[in-house]
Amino acid sequence: MPVPDALEFFIDPGRCIGCQACIQACTECDTHKGQSMIQLDYVNRAHSTQTVPVVCMHCDSPTCAEVCPADAIKRTEDGIVHTAQKPRCIACNNCVLACPFGVPKMQTRMNLMMKCDMCYDRTSVGLKPWCASVCPSQALAFGTREEMARLRPHAKPVNTFQFGRQTIRTKVNIMVPRSAATDIVDVTAAMHEPTIGHEILDDVFNDISDGGDA
Amino acid sequence: MIQSQREVDGPRDLDHATVPPDGRPLADQPKWRRDFPIDWAQDEYVSRRELVKFIVLTSAALTVGQFWIAFKNTFNRQPARLAGERIASVDELSVGGAKTFTYPEGSTPRLLVRIGTTAFVAYDQQCTHLLCPVVPAVELGRLHCPCHNGWFDLHTGRPLAGPPQRPLPKVLLEVRDGMVYATGVEESAT
Repeated sequence: MPVPDALEFFIDPGRCIGCQACIQACTECDTHKGQSMIQLDYVNRAHSTQTVPVVCMHCDSPTCAEVCPADAIKRTEDGIVHTAQKPRCIACNNCVLACPFGVPKMQTRMNLMMKCDMCYDRTSVGLKPWCASVCPSQALAFGTREEMARLRPHAKPVNTFQFGRQTIRTKVNIMVPRSAATDIVDVTAAMHEPTIGHEILDDVFNDISDGGDA
Repeated sequence: MIQSQREVDGPRDLDHATVPPDGRPLADQPKWRRDFPIDWAQDEYVSRRELVKFIVLTSAALTVGQFWIAFKNTFNRQPARLAGERIASVDELSVGGAKTFTYPEGSTPRLLVRIGTTAFVAYDQQCTHLLCPVVPAVELGRLHCPCHNGWFDLHTGRPLAGPPQRPLPKVLLEVRDGMVYATGVEESAT
């Protein structure tokens, strides 16, 4: 049974309080084999306690599936990109490296890539995913667009992202201030700022804009 | 009023839900992309199609193969027409004696066995199991292959025991004027 079209996922990083309830709840999902699929990143730990929860954005053209050499990552008709199929996954890590949002996780003990599948066992029967049902500040929210428009009058959902030269449309929305001029979120814009968890040593995106790939 | 993405784009074609990165339709995509679709439904469709193709082609090949074998056997039953050739004289062998010869020239070794005063039989010496040379056991009325303990009937060449399943090819003989002539080879029918 597909996930109902009217129900959508909204991430509002500005509302995240870093309580990690989503991380705990995620492990409870029946399709997650006890693993948490959520990443909770500090934006800039030295200066702020602000955290950002990252769930799978369920791209229209999933880069993880595009790069999979084993044809293991599949997308159902409702647009949910699923965990790699166990009989096919060869644990090559291509998807982990390719995903613009850093979502797929390699479970080396199982030799299987696992990723957020929006709690398919729950959302496919109309329930909220675990993270959205436990999030106390509703930074992770699951509902209709009308509901969101009513509850968040100062924010608007955006589902178009820019990653280098790649434009990505996603099923999951991110909430940006309504006053924001842009309709596109540049995923890599902040990559050059040093962060605690993810140190980027190679300036690959500068190389691309300089025509370094020619 | 905020519109959902679905209302903006119109209903999504469920068979082609994934839009390739370049946005072109699936028909214009390279073959690998069509063969390895990202969408679950299409992936299952391809697997099913591949399975049906495999089953149909394999069973067709097996059927054709069966007819080919039957066709071949029908025409190979008849002994090959060969020129008669003298291979031994009657006096050369005592009753129960044997000698090898080639017929026609350059063939695999054949075995000639004298089983009575005027009765001779000749077979290909290669066991039909794994081509070991067979040895006559005339007192038992059999031919024995020592490699895997295979037994053949001395009078007909039919396999009696052990691994061989097919009879030994028989050389047709004619005894004339105290001489033994080979006149043809009857290939074993499978």
